[in-house]
Amino acid sequence: MSGEVLPGEAPAVLPGLLDTEAIRKDFPILDRTVHDGRKLIYLDSAASSQKPRQVLDTLQSYYERHHANVHRGVHVLAEEATALYEAARDKVAAFVNAPSRDEVVFTKNASESLNLVANMLGWADEPYRVDASTEIVITEMEHHSNIVPWQLLAQRTGATLKWFGLTDDGRLDLSDIEQVITEHTKVVSFVLVSNVLGTVNPVEAIVRRAQEVGALVVIDASQAAPHMPLDVQALQADFVAFTGHKMCGPTGIGVLWGRQELLEDLPPFLGGGEMIETVTMHSSTYAPAPHKFEAGTPPIAQAVGLGAAVDYLSGIGMDRIAAHEHAITEYALRRLSAVPDLRIVGPVSAADRGATLSFTLGDIHPHDVGQVLDEQGIAVRVGHHCARPVCLRYGIPATTRASFYLYSTPAEVDALAEGLEYVRGFFA
Amino acid sequence: MYQDVILDHYKHPHGRGLRSGDAEVHHVNPTCGDEITLRVRYEGGTVADVSYEGQGCSISQASASVLNELLVGKDLGEALGIQATFLELMQSKGRITPDEQMEEVLEDAVAFAGVSKYPARVKCALLSWMAWKDATAKALGEAAWEAAGQERRTA
Ligand SMILES: Cc1ncc(COP(=O)(O)O)c(C=O)c1O
Repeated sequence: MSGEVLPGEAPAVLPGLLDTEAIRKDFPILDRTVHDGRKLIYLDSAASSQKPRQVLDTLQSYYERHHANVHRGVHVLAEEATALYEAARDKVAAFVNAPSRDEVVFTKNASESLNLVANMLGWADEPYRVDASTEIVITEMEHHSNIVPWQLLAQRTGATLKWFGLTDDGRLDLSDIEQVITEHTKVVSFVLVSNVLGTVNPVEAIVRRAQEVGALVVIDASQAAPHMPLDVQALQADFVAFTGHKMCGPTGIGVLWGRQELLEDLPPFLGGGEMIETVTMHSSTYAPAPHKFEAGTPPIAQAVGLGAAVDYLSGIGMDRIAAHEHAITEYALRRLSAVPDLRIVGPVSAADRGATLSFTLGDIHPHDVGQVLDEQGIAVRVGHHCARPVCLRYGIPATTRASFYLYSTPAEVDALAEGLEYVRGFFA
Repeated sequence: MYQDVILDHYKHPHGRGLRSGDAEVHHVNPTCGDEITLRVRYEGGTVADVSYEGQGCSISQASASVLNELLVGKDLGEALGIQATFLELMQSKGRITPDEQMEEVLEDAVAFAGVSKYPARVKCALLSWMAWKDATAKALGEAAWEAAGQERRTA
Protein backbone atom coordinates (compact mmCIF):
# COMPACT_ATOMS: atom_id res chain seq x y z
CA MET A 1 0.00 0.00 0.00
CA SER A 2 1.46 3.36 -0.91
CA GLY A 3 1.81 5.85 1.88
CA GLU A 4 2.07 3.12 4.48
CA VAL A 5 4.56 3.88 7.21
CA LEU A 6 6.26 0.97 8.82
CA PRO A 7 6.79 1.02 12.54
CA GLY A 8 10.22 2.37 13.30
CA GLU A 9 10.52 4.14 9.99
CA ALA A 10 11.61 7.74 10.39
CA PRO A 11 8.65 10.05 9.85
CA ALA A 12 8.55 11.47 6.39
CA VAL A 13 8.88 15.22 6.14
CA LEU A 14 5.30 16.32 6.05
CA PRO A 15 4.19 19.31 4.02
CA GLY A 16 3.07 22.33 5.98
CA LEU A 17 4.73 21.54 9.29
CA LEU A 18 5.69 24.41 11.55
CA ASP A 19 9.16 24.72 13.02
CA THR A 20 8.19 22.84 16.14
CA GLU A 21 11.71 22.86 17.47
CA ALA A 22 11.49 26.63 17.82
CA ILE A 23 7.87 26.64 18.98
CA ARG A 24 8.47 24.05 21.68
CA LYS A 25 11.09 26.32 23.24
CA ASP A 26 8.23 28.70 24.04
CA PHE A 27 6.44 26.06 26.13
CA PRO A 28 8.51 25.32 29.23
CA ILE A 29 6.23 22.51 30.39
CA LEU A 30 6.97 20.45 27.28
CA ASP A 31 10.49 20.03 28.60
CA ARG A 32 9.50 18.25 31.75
CA THR A 33 9.71 14.56 32.33
CA VAL A 34 7.24 12.25 34.03
CA HIS A 35 7.46 8.81 35.65
CA ASP A 36 11.18 8.65 36.38
CA GLY A 37 12.63 10.58 33.53
CA ARG A 38 10.35 9.79 30.64
CA LYS A 39 9.88 12.55 28.12
CA LEU A 40 6.39 14.06 28.34
CA ILE A 41 4.34 13.56 25.20
CA TYR A 42 1.33 15.81 25.67
CA LEU A 43 -1.55 14.74 23.46
CA ASP A 44 -4.37 16.31 25.45
CA SER A 45 -4.57 19.83 24.08
CA ALA A 46 -8.26 19.47 23.22
CA ALA A 47 -8.91 19.34 26.96
CA SER A 48 -6.56 22.22 27.66
CA SER A 49 -3.56 23.53 25.78
CA GLN A 50 -0.21 24.34 27.32
CA LYS A 51 0.90 27.95 27.73
CA PRO A 52 3.79 29.71 26.00
CA ARG A 53 6.32 31.75 27.97
CA GLN A 54 4.87 34.89 26.35
CA VAL A 55 1.55 34.33 28.13
CA LEU A 56 3.16 33.36 31.42
CA ASP A 57 5.38 36.45 31.34
CA THR A 58 2.40 38.68 30.62
CA LEU A 59 0.52 37.29 33.62
CA GLN A 60 3.55 37.75 35.82
CA SER A 61 4.20 41.32 34.79
CA TYR A 62 0.53 42.21 35.02
CA TYR A 63 0.47 41.19 38.67
CA GLU A 64 3.92 42.57 39.44
CA ARG A 65 3.42 45.98 37.87
CA HIS A 66 -0.13 46.86 36.85
CA HIS A 67 -2.78 45.19 38.94
CA ALA A 68 -5.76 47.07 40.34
CA ASN A 69 -9.49 46.76 39.84
CA VAL A 70 -10.67 47.96 36.45
CA HIS A 71 -12.92 50.87 35.42
CA ARG A 72 -13.62 54.14 37.19
CA GLY A 73 -10.39 54.14 39.19
CA VAL A 74 -8.58 57.45 39.04
CA HIS A 75 -5.15 56.23 40.01
CA VAL A 76 -2.33 55.06 37.77
CA LEU A 77 -2.66 51.35 38.42
CA ALA A 78 -6.43 51.34 37.87
CA GLU A 79 -5.93 53.14 34.60
CA GLU A 80 -3.21 50.76 33.49
CA ALA A 81 -5.20 47.67 34.46
CA THR A 82 -8.25 49.02 32.65
CA ALA A 83 -6.21 49.82 29.56
CA LEU A 84 -4.71 46.33 29.53
CA TYR A 85 -8.07 44.66 30.07
CA GLU A 86 -9.72 46.66 27.32
CA ALA A 87 -6.74 46.17 25.02
CA ALA A 88 -7.27 42.44 25.40
CA ARG A 89 -10.81 42.97 24.17
CA ASP A 90 -9.43 44.76 21.09
CA LYS A 91 -7.07 41.89 20.42
CA VAL A 92 -9.77 39.26 20.71
CA ALA A 93 -12.10 41.33 18.51
CA ALA A 94 -9.42 41.53 15.82
CA PHE A 95 -8.61 37.82 16.21
CA VAL A 96 -12.18 36.81 15.29
CA ASN A 97 -12.70 39.71 12.87
CA ALA A 98 -15.54 41.19 14.94
CA PRO A 99 -17.02 44.34 13.39
CA SER A 100 -16.91 46.04 16.79
CA ARG A 101 -14.93 45.59 20.01
CA ASP A 102 -18.17 46.08 21.93
CA GLU A 103 -19.35 42.73 20.64
CA VAL A 104 -16.77 40.85 22.69
CA VAL A 105 -18.03 39.80 26.13
CA PHE A 106 -15.54 38.28 28.55
CA THR A 107 -16.84 35.31 30.55
CA LYS A 108 -15.06 32.68 32.56
CA ASN A 109 -15.19 29.92 29.92
CA ALA A 110 -17.19 28.64 26.96
CA SER A 111 -19.69 26.98 29.27
CA GLU A 112 -20.55 30.33 30.84
CA SER A 113 -20.79 31.93 27.40
CA LEU A 114 -23.31 29.33 26.24
CA ASN A 115 -25.29 29.51 29.49
CA LEU A 116 -25.34 33.28 29.13
CA VAL A 117 -26.97 33.07 25.69
CA ALA A 118 -29.49 30.45 26.81
CA ASN A 119 -30.48 32.59 29.77
CA MET A 120 -30.73 35.80 27.74
CA LEU A 121 -33.10 34.09 25.35
CA GLY A 122 -35.19 32.70 28.20
CA TRP A 123 -35.71 36.16 29.67
CA ALA A 124 -35.88 38.04 26.37
CA ASP A 125 -38.95 39.81 24.95
CA GLU A 126 -40.22 39.09 21.49
CA PRO A 127 -38.95 38.49 18.91
CA TYR A 128 -36.19 36.55 20.68
CA ARG A 129 -38.12 34.96 23.47
CA VAL A 130 -37.95 31.16 23.74
CA ASP A 131 -41.22 29.81 25.11
CA ALA A 132 -43.50 26.77 24.99
CA SER A 133 -44.50 27.36 21.38
CA THR A 134 -40.91 27.38 20.12
CA GLU A 135 -38.12 24.94 19.35
CA ILE A 136 -34.43 24.82 20.15
CA VAL A 137 -32.12 22.86 17.84
CA ILE A 138 -28.75 21.37 18.77
CA THR A 139 -26.82 18.29 17.56
CA GLU A 140 -25.92 14.89 18.91
CA MET A 141 -22.20 15.75 18.84
CA GLU A 142 -22.34 18.64 21.29
CA HIS A 143 -20.21 18.98 24.38
CA HIS A 144 -22.35 18.82 27.52
CA SER A 145 -21.79 22.59 27.75
CA ASN A 146 -23.89 23.02 24.63
CA ILE A 147 -26.55 20.49 25.64
CA VAL A 148 -27.36 21.08 29.27
CA PRO A 149 -27.98 24.87 29.09
CA TRP A 150 -30.52 24.23 26.33
CA GLN A 151 -32.13 21.37 28.23
CA LEU A 152 -32.48 23.70 31.20
CA LEU A 153 -33.95 26.41 29.00
CA ALA A 154 -36.38 23.92 27.46
CA GLN A 155 -37.45 22.66 30.88
CA ARG A 156 -37.98 26.17 32.22
CA THR A 157 -39.84 27.54 29.24
CA GLY A 158 -41.60 24.46 27.89
CA ALA A 159 -39.81 24.83 24.57
CA THR A 160 -39.07 21.68 22.55
CA LEU A 161 -35.48 20.54 22.21
CA LYS A 162 -34.57 18.92 18.89
CA TRP A 163 -31.28 17.79 17.43
CA PHE A 164 -29.45 16.58 14.36
CA GLY A 165 -28.25 12.99 14.50
CA LEU A 166 -24.91 11.67 13.27
CA THR A 167 -23.91 9.56 10.32
CA ASP A 168 -21.89 6.38 10.78
CA ASP A 169 -18.74 8.15 9.64
CA GLY A 170 -18.99 10.84 12.27
CA ARG A 171 -20.63 13.71 10.46
CA LEU A 172 -23.85 15.60 11.05
CA ASP A 173 -26.83 14.02 9.37
CA LEU A 174 -28.47 17.02 7.74
CA SER A 175 -30.70 14.97 5.44
CA ASP A 176 -33.76 16.04 7.44
CA ILE A 177 -32.68 19.64 7.95
CA GLU A 178 -36.07 21.02 6.85
CA GLN A 179 -37.88 18.93 9.46
CA VAL A 180 -35.38 19.69 12.23
CA ILE A 181 -35.16 23.44 11.67
CA THR A 182 -38.69 24.77 11.15
CA GLU A 183 -40.64 28.03 11.46
CA HIS A 184 -40.97 27.24 15.17
CA THR A 185 -37.20 27.16 15.66
CA LYS A 186 -35.98 30.11 17.70
CA VAL A 187 -32.36 29.14 18.08
CA VAL A 188 -29.90 26.69 16.51
CA SER A 189 -26.75 25.99 18.50
CA PHE A 190 -24.00 23.73 17.23
CA VAL A 191 -20.34 22.96 17.55
CA LEU A 192 -17.99 24.13 14.80
CA VAL A 193 -15.39 21.41 15.50
CA SER A 194 -16.33 18.37 17.57
CA ASN A 195 -14.17 17.73 20.63
CA VAL A 196 -14.65 13.96 20.28
CA LEU A 197 -14.97 13.22 16.58
CA GLY A 198 -12.82 16.03 15.25
CA THR A 199 -15.46 16.76 12.63
CA VAL A 200 -15.57 20.26 11.17
CA ASN A 201 -19.23 21.00 10.58
CA PRO A 202 -20.74 22.60 7.47
CA VAL A 203 -21.68 25.97 8.92
CA GLU A 204 -23.06 27.46 5.77
CA ALA A 205 -25.80 24.88 5.18
CA ILE A 206 -27.05 25.15 8.76
CA VAL A 207 -26.88 28.94 8.88
CA ARG A 208 -28.72 29.25 5.58
CA ARG A 209 -31.61 27.13 6.83
CA ALA A 210 -31.69 28.93 10.20
CA GLN A 211 -31.82 32.29 8.47
CA GLU A 212 -34.64 31.08 6.23
CA VAL A 213 -36.83 30.50 9.27
CA GLY A 214 -35.53 33.48 11.24
CA ALA A 215 -33.78 31.47 13.97
CA LEU A 216 -30.74 32.75 15.84
CA VAL A 217 -27.49 30.84 15.32
CA VAL A 218 -25.09 30.09 18.18
CA ILE A 219 -21.74 28.47 17.37
CA ASP A 220 -19.58 26.69 19.91
CA ALA A 221 -16.12 27.44 18.56
CA SER A 222 -14.20 26.08 21.56
CA GLN A 223 -12.29 23.60 19.40
CA ALA A 224 -12.06 25.93 16.41
CA ALA A 225 -10.68 29.20 17.81
CA PRO A 226 -7.41 27.56 18.90
CA HIS A 227 -6.79 25.77 15.63
CA MET A 228 -7.99 27.69 12.58
CA PRO A 229 -8.70 31.23 11.39
CA LEU A 230 -12.03 32.29 12.89
CA ASP A 231 -14.08 35.01 11.24
CA VAL A 232 -17.38 35.68 12.96
CA GLN A 233 -18.58 37.76 10.02
CA ALA A 234 -17.91 34.99 7.53
CA LEU A 235 -19.67 32.48 9.79
CA GLN A 236 -22.77 34.72 9.78
CA ALA A 237 -23.68 33.50 13.22
CA ASP A 238 -25.40 35.57 15.89
CA PHE A 239 -23.29 34.32 18.78
CA VAL A 240 -19.93 32.56 18.92
CA ALA A 241 -18.51 31.07 22.13
CA PHE A 242 -14.99 29.92 22.92
CA THR A 243 -12.70 29.36 25.86
CA GLY A 244 -9.24 30.80 26.58
CA HIS A 245 -7.47 27.85 28.14
CA LYS A 246 -7.66 25.74 24.97
CA MET A 247 -5.94 28.45 22.91
CA CYS A 248 -2.75 29.02 24.88
CA GLY A 249 -4.50 31.38 27.32
CA PRO A 250 -5.02 31.05 31.06
CA THR A 251 -7.93 29.21 32.66
CA GLY A 252 -10.82 31.32 33.92
CA ILE A 253 -11.40 33.35 30.77
CA GLY A 254 -13.86 32.74 27.97
CA VAL A 255 -15.45 34.78 25.23
CA LEU A 256 -18.92 35.34 23.95
CA TRP A 257 -19.07 37.24 20.71
CA GLY A 258 -22.56 38.49 19.86
CA ARG A 259 -23.99 40.75 17.18
CA GLN A 260 -24.23 44.25 18.52
CA GLU A 261 -27.97 44.79 18.07
CA LEU A 262 -28.67 41.52 19.88
CA LEU A 263 -26.42 42.40 22.78
CA GLU A 264 -28.20 45.75 22.99
CA ASP A 265 -31.69 44.25 22.85
CA LEU A 266 -31.24 41.23 25.08
CA PRO A 267 -31.58 41.46 28.86
CA PRO A 268 -28.66 40.95 31.24
CA PHE A 269 -28.31 37.66 33.09
CA LEU A 270 -26.10 38.29 36.11
CA GLY A 271 -26.45 41.54 38.01
CA GLY A 272 -23.77 43.33 39.96
CA GLY A 273 -21.08 45.96 39.81
CA GLU A 274 -19.66 47.02 36.45
CA MET A 275 -22.84 46.13 34.55
CA ILE A 276 -25.00 49.08 35.60
CA GLU A 277 -25.53 52.63 34.50
CA THR A 278 -27.46 53.83 37.53
CA VAL A 279 -28.99 52.10 40.51
CA THR A 280 -31.73 53.17 42.89
CA MET A 281 -33.34 51.03 45.56
CA HIS A 282 -36.20 50.40 43.16
CA SER A 283 -34.56 49.71 39.85
CA SER A 284 -31.48 50.01 37.73
CA THR A 285 -30.49 50.82 34.22
CA TYR A 286 -27.70 48.94 32.58
CA ALA A 287 -24.40 49.78 31.03
CA PRO A 288 -24.17 49.26 27.29
CA ALA A 289 -22.81 45.97 25.97
CA PRO A 290 -20.40 44.37 26.54
CA HIS A 291 -20.30 45.63 30.15
CA LYS A 292 -23.98 44.83 30.62
CA PHE A 293 -22.97 41.18 30.56
CA GLU A 294 -19.87 41.44 32.72
CA ALA A 295 -21.20 41.70 36.26
CA GLY A 296 -18.65 42.01 39.04
CA THR A 297 -14.88 42.21 38.91
CA PRO A 298 -13.92 40.42 35.71
CA PRO A 299 -11.04 37.96 35.30
CA ILE A 300 -8.64 40.81 34.56
CA ALA A 301 -5.29 39.03 34.51
CA GLN A 302 -6.85 36.14 32.61
CA ALA A 303 -8.22 38.46 29.93
CA VAL A 304 -4.85 40.15 29.62
CA GLY A 305 -3.28 36.70 29.36
CA LEU A 306 -5.73 35.75 26.64
CA GLY A 307 -4.73 38.90 24.78
CA ALA A 308 -1.12 37.71 24.91
CA ALA A 309 -2.19 34.25 23.71
CA VAL A 310 -4.02 35.74 20.78
CA ASP A 311 -0.92 37.80 19.92
CA TYR A 312 1.18 34.66 20.11
CA LEU A 313 -1.13 32.64 17.86
CA SER A 314 -1.51 35.49 15.36
CA GLY A 315 2.27 35.94 15.33
CA ILE A 316 2.61 32.39 14.07
CA GLY A 317 -0.48 32.66 11.86
CA MET A 318 -3.70 30.74 12.27
CA ASP A 319 -3.60 29.49 8.69
CA ARG A 320 -0.12 28.08 9.29
CA ILE A 321 -1.28 26.45 12.53
CA ALA A 322 -4.22 24.91 10.67
CA ALA A 323 -1.89 23.61 7.94
CA HIS A 324 0.46 22.10 10.53
CA GLU A 325 -2.36 20.33 12.31
CA HIS A 326 -3.78 19.11 9.04
CA ALA A 327 -0.46 17.48 8.16
CA ILE A 328 -0.18 15.93 11.63
CA THR A 329 -3.78 14.68 11.44
CA GLU A 330 -3.20 13.05 8.07
CA TYR A 331 -0.09 11.37 9.38
CA ALA A 332 -1.74 10.28 12.63
CA LEU A 333 -4.74 8.82 10.80
CA ARG A 334 -2.33 6.86 8.64
CA ARG A 335 -0.23 5.61 11.55
CA LEU A 336 -3.16 4.77 13.79
CA SER A 337 -5.16 2.94 11.15
CA ALA A 338 -2.18 0.59 10.86
CA VAL A 339 -2.53 -0.43 14.52
CA PRO A 340 -4.48 -3.72 14.60
CA ASP A 341 -7.95 -3.58 16.21
CA LEU A 342 -7.88 0.20 16.32
CA ARG A 343 -11.14 1.83 15.26
CA ILE A 344 -11.30 5.56 14.66
CA VAL A 345 -14.49 7.09 16.02
CA GLY A 346 -15.07 9.99 13.65
CA PRO A 347 -14.09 10.79 10.08
CA VAL A 348 -11.25 8.59 8.84
CA SER A 349 -9.96 11.12 6.35
CA ALA A 350 -8.35 14.44 7.22
CA ALA A 351 -10.74 16.44 5.06
CA ASP A 352 -12.98 18.77 7.13
CA ARG A 353 -11.44 17.40 10.24
CA GLY A 354 -9.56 18.80 13.20
CA ALA A 355 -6.55 17.33 14.98
CA THR A 356 -8.54 15.42 17.59
CA LEU A 357 -8.58 11.65 17.17
CA SER A 358 -10.83 9.40 19.21
CA PHE A 359 -10.54 5.66 18.93
CA THR A 360 -11.16 2.31 20.52
CA LEU A 361 -8.55 -0.42 20.70
CA GLY A 362 -10.13 -3.87 20.49
CA ASP A 363 -12.04 -4.38 23.69
CA ILE A 364 -9.33 -2.91 25.88
CA HIS A 365 -11.02 -0.32 28.05
CA PRO A 366 -9.88 3.27 27.38
CA HIS A 367 -8.95 3.64 31.05
CA ASP A 368 -6.44 0.86 30.63
CA VAL A 369 -5.19 2.27 27.33
CA GLY A 370 -4.70 5.69 28.91
CA GLN A 371 -3.02 4.35 32.02
CA VAL A 372 -0.49 2.20 30.16
CA LEU A 373 0.24 5.09 27.76
CA ASP A 374 0.75 7.36 30.75
CA GLU A 375 3.33 4.97 32.12
CA GLN A 376 5.22 5.67 28.89
CA GLY A 377 4.89 9.42 29.36
CA ILE A 378 2.09 9.80 26.81
CA ALA A 379 -0.79 11.95 28.06
CA VAL A 380 -4.13 11.24 26.36
CA ARG A 381 -7.69 11.64 27.58
CA VAL A 382 -10.06 8.75 28.18
CA GLY A 383 -13.78 8.60 28.84
CA HIS A 384 -16.75 10.22 27.14
CA HIS A 385 -15.08 13.66 26.86
CA CYS A 386 -18.17 15.47 28.16
CA ALA A 387 -20.08 14.35 25.08
CA ARG A 388 -21.70 11.18 26.30
CA PRO A 389 -24.42 11.10 23.58
CA VAL A 390 -21.64 10.59 21.01
CA CYS A 391 -20.52 7.41 22.79
CA LEU A 392 -24.12 6.23 23.05
CA ARG A 393 -24.61 6.90 19.34
CA TYR A 394 -21.66 4.70 18.41
CA GLY A 395 -22.43 2.05 21.02
CA ILE A 396 -19.21 2.40 22.99
CA PRO A 397 -18.76 3.19 26.68
CA ALA A 398 -15.85 5.53 26.14
CA THR A 399 -12.95 6.35 23.85
CA THR A 400 -9.28 7.16 24.05
CA ARG A 401 -8.59 10.58 22.57
CA ALA A 402 -5.31 11.98 21.30
CA SER A 403 -5.34 15.63 20.33
CA PHE A 404 -2.63 17.64 18.65
CA TYR A 405 -1.69 21.29 18.54
CA LEU A 406 0.86 23.65 17.07
CA TYR A 407 3.64 22.11 19.18
CA SER A 408 2.86 18.48 18.25
CA THR A 409 5.38 16.60 16.14
CA PRO A 410 5.32 13.56 13.84
CA ALA A 411 7.70 11.88 16.30
CA GLU A 412 4.98 12.17 18.95
CA VAL A 413 2.55 10.50 16.57
CA ASP A 414 5.08 7.69 16.18
CA ALA A 415 5.41 7.40 19.95
CA LEU A 416 1.64 7.13 20.25
CA ALA A 417 1.40 4.41 17.59
CA GLU A 418 4.20 2.46 19.21
CA GLY A 419 2.69 3.01 22.64
CA LEU A 420 -0.59 1.57 21.42
CA GLU A 421 1.17 -1.52 20.08
CA TYR A 422 2.66 -1.95 23.52
CA VAL A 423 -0.77 -1.58 25.14
CA ARG A 424 -2.13 -4.32 22.88
CA GLY A 425 0.66 -6.66 23.86
CA PHE A 426 0.18 -5.85 27.52
CA PHE A 427 -3.47 -6.89 27.62
CA ALA A 428 -3.25 -9.65 25.02
CA MET B 1 -0.53 -1.01 39.30
CA TYR B 2 -1.15 -3.80 36.78
CA GLN B 3 0.01 -6.73 38.93
CA ASP B 4 0.03 -10.12 37.22
CA VAL B 5 -2.68 -11.27 39.61
CA ILE B 6 -4.93 -8.45 38.38
CA LEU B 7 -4.25 -9.17 34.71
CA ASP B 8 -4.89 -12.84 35.38
CA HIS B 9 -8.29 -12.21 36.93
CA TYR B 10 -9.08 -9.80 34.07
CA LYS B 11 -8.26 -12.36 31.40
CA HIS B 12 -9.78 -15.33 33.22
CA PRO B 13 -12.58 -14.02 35.42
CA HIS B 14 -14.10 -16.16 38.18
CA GLY B 15 -17.84 -16.63 38.37
CA ARG B 16 -18.71 -14.24 35.58
CA GLY B 17 -22.25 -14.41 34.14
CA LEU B 18 -25.61 -13.86 35.77
CA ARG B 19 -27.18 -16.73 37.73
CA SER B 20 -30.23 -16.85 39.94
CA GLY B 21 -30.15 -14.65 43.01
CA ASP B 22 -32.16 -13.04 45.82
CA ALA B 23 -31.44 -9.50 44.69
CA GLU B 24 -29.93 -7.68 41.75
CA VAL B 25 -28.34 -4.25 41.49
CA HIS B 26 -26.87 -2.22 38.66
CA HIS B 27 -24.03 0.16 39.46
CA VAL B 28 -22.18 2.54 37.17
CA ASN B 29 -19.05 4.58 37.52
CA PRO B 30 -20.08 7.78 35.75
CA THR B 31 -16.56 9.09 35.27
CA CYS B 32 -15.54 6.26 32.97
CA GLY B 33 -18.68 4.36 32.10
CA ASP B 34 -17.78 1.13 33.92
CA GLU B 35 -20.96 -0.82 34.59
CA ILE B 36 -21.86 -3.88 36.55
CA THR B 37 -25.03 -5.87 37.10
CA LEU B 38 -24.61 -8.04 40.16
CA ARG B 39 -26.76 -10.65 41.88
CA VAL B 40 -26.36 -12.23 45.31
CA ARG B 41 -27.83 -15.43 46.62
CA TYR B 42 -27.83 -16.31 50.30
CA GLU B 43 -28.35 -19.68 51.97
CA GLY B 44 -28.87 -19.25 55.66
CA GLY B 45 -26.20 -16.77 56.65
CA THR B 46 -23.85 -17.83 53.90
CA VAL B 47 -22.96 -16.12 50.63
CA ALA B 48 -24.07 -18.90 48.27
CA ASP B 49 -23.31 -17.05 45.05
CA VAL B 50 -22.28 -13.68 43.63
CA SER B 51 -22.86 -13.54 39.90
CA TYR B 52 -22.21 -10.56 37.69
CA GLU B 53 -22.04 -9.20 34.20
CA GLY B 54 -20.44 -5.95 33.27
CA GLN B 55 -18.17 -3.94 31.10
CA GLY B 56 -15.30 -1.81 32.07
CA CYS B 57 -11.61 -1.51 32.58
CA SER B 58 -9.32 -4.30 33.70
CA ILE B 59 -9.32 -2.99 37.26
CA SER B 60 -13.11 -3.06 37.63
CA GLN B 61 -13.41 -6.44 35.94
CA ALA B 62 -10.59 -8.08 37.85
CA SER B 63 -11.92 -6.70 41.09
CA ALA B 64 -15.32 -8.34 40.50
CA SER B 65 -13.59 -11.65 39.82
CA VAL B 66 -11.57 -11.40 43.04
CA LEU B 67 -14.74 -10.52 44.94
CA ASN B 68 -16.45 -13.64 43.67
CA GLU B 69 -13.49 -15.80 44.61
CA LEU B 70 -13.18 -14.30 48.07
CA LEU B 71 -16.76 -13.97 49.22
CA VAL B 72 -18.62 -17.01 47.87
CA GLY B 73 -18.90 -19.60 50.61
CA LYS B 74 -18.18 -17.18 53.45
CA ASP B 75 -20.73 -16.35 56.11
CA LEU B 76 -22.09 -12.84 55.98
CA GLY B 77 -20.14 -11.51 58.98
CA GLU B 78 -16.85 -12.65 57.55
CA ALA B 79 -17.73 -11.37 54.07
CA LEU B 80 -18.51 -7.95 55.52
CA GLY B 81 -15.18 -8.00 57.31
CA ILE B 82 -13.38 -8.70 54.04
CA GLN B 83 -15.33 -5.94 52.30
CA ALA B 84 -14.41 -3.46 55.04
CA THR B 85 -10.74 -4.41 54.87
CA PHE B 86 -10.68 -4.04 51.10
CA LEU B 87 -12.36 -0.64 51.41
CA GLU B 88 -9.76 0.45 53.94
CA LEU B 89 -6.94 -0.64 51.64
CA MET B 90 -8.43 1.10 48.61
CA GLN B 91 -8.96 4.34 50.50
CA SER B 92 -5.41 4.36 51.84
CA LYS B 93 -3.95 6.44 48.96
CA GLY B 94 -1.07 3.99 48.78
CA ARG B 95 -0.16 4.46 52.44
CA ILE B 96 -1.01 0.92 53.53
CA THR B 97 1.41 -1.86 52.69
CA PRO B 98 -0.59 -4.99 53.38
CA ASP B 99 0.86 -6.98 56.30
CA GLU B 100 0.53 -10.70 56.77
CA GLN B 101 -2.74 -10.38 58.60
CA MET B 102 -4.26 -8.33 55.82
CA GLU B 103 -2.95 -10.74 53.22
CA GLU B 104 -4.67 -13.55 55.01
CA VAL B 105 -7.99 -11.73 54.86
CA LEU B 106 -7.71 -10.33 51.35
CA GLU B 107 -5.72 -13.02 49.51
CA ASP B 108 -5.52 -11.97 45.81
CA ALA B 109 -7.19 -8.66 46.60
CA VAL B 110 -3.97 -7.31 48.15
CA ALA B 111 -2.74 -6.94 44.57
CA PHE B 112 -4.97 -3.86 44.38
CA ALA B 113 -2.85 -1.99 46.95
CA GLY B 114 -1.04 -0.21 44.11
CA VAL B 115 -4.33 0.96 42.58
CA SER B 116 -5.08 2.96 45.72
CA LYS B 117 -2.39 5.44 44.64
CA TYR B 118 -4.45 6.39 41.58
CA PRO B 119 -7.50 8.37 42.72
CA ALA B 120 -9.11 8.07 39.29
CA ARG B 121 -8.98 4.28 39.49
CA VAL B 122 -10.07 3.60 43.07
CA LYS B 123 -13.71 3.85 42.03
CA CYS B 124 -13.08 1.21 39.35
CA ALA B 125 -11.73 -1.19 41.95
CA LEU B 126 -14.59 -0.53 44.35
CA LEU B 127 -17.44 -0.72 41.85
CA SER B 128 -18.30 -4.40 42.36
CA TRP B 129 -17.72 -4.23 46.11
CA MET B 130 -20.17 -1.39 46.51
CA ALA B 131 -22.62 -3.23 44.28
CA TRP B 132 -22.24 -6.35 46.41
CA LYS B 133 -22.92 -4.44 49.62
CA ASP B 134 -25.95 -2.81 48.09
CA ALA B 135 -27.31 -6.11 46.74
CA THR B 136 -26.77 -7.80 50.08
CA ALA B 137 -28.69 -5.11 51.94
CA LYS B 138 -31.48 -5.50 49.41
CA ALA B 139 -31.51 -9.30 49.67
CA LEU B 140 -31.46 -9.53 53.42
CA GLY B 141 -33.56 -6.53 54.31
CA GLU B 142 -32.41 -3.78 56.60
CA ALA B 143 -32.89 -5.69 59.87
CA ALA B 144 -30.67 -8.66 59.03
CA TRP B 145 -28.18 -6.22 57.58
CA GLU B 146 -27.98 -4.21 60.79
CA ALA B 147 -27.66 -7.37 62.82
CA ALA B 148 -24.83 -8.64 60.65
CA GLY B 149 -23.00 -5.35 61.03
CA GLN B 150 -23.49 -5.53 64.79
CA GLU B 151 -22.17 -9.06 64.93
CA ARG B 152 -19.09 -8.11 62.98
CA ARG B 153 -18.34 -5.14 65.19
CA THR B 154 -18.57 -7.19 68.37
CA ALA B 155 -16.68 -10.16 66.92
C1 LIG C 1 -16.60 21.71 22.02
C2 LIG C 1 -16.47 22.22 23.42
N1 LIG C 1 -17.41 23.04 23.91
C3 LIG C 1 -17.33 23.54 25.15
C4 LIG C 1 -16.30 23.21 25.99
C5 LIG C 1 -16.30 23.75 27.37
O1 LIG C 1 -15.21 24.55 27.64
P1 LIG C 1 -15.04 25.08 29.14
O2 LIG C 1 -14.98 23.86 29.99
O3 LIG C 1 -13.76 25.84 29.11
O4 LIG C 1 -16.23 25.90 29.44
C6 LIG C 1 -15.30 22.34 25.52
C7 LIG C 1 -14.17 21.95 26.38
O5 LIG C 1 -14.11 21.02 27.12
C8 LIG C 1 -15.40 21.83 24.22
O6 LIG C 1 -14.48 20.99 23.74
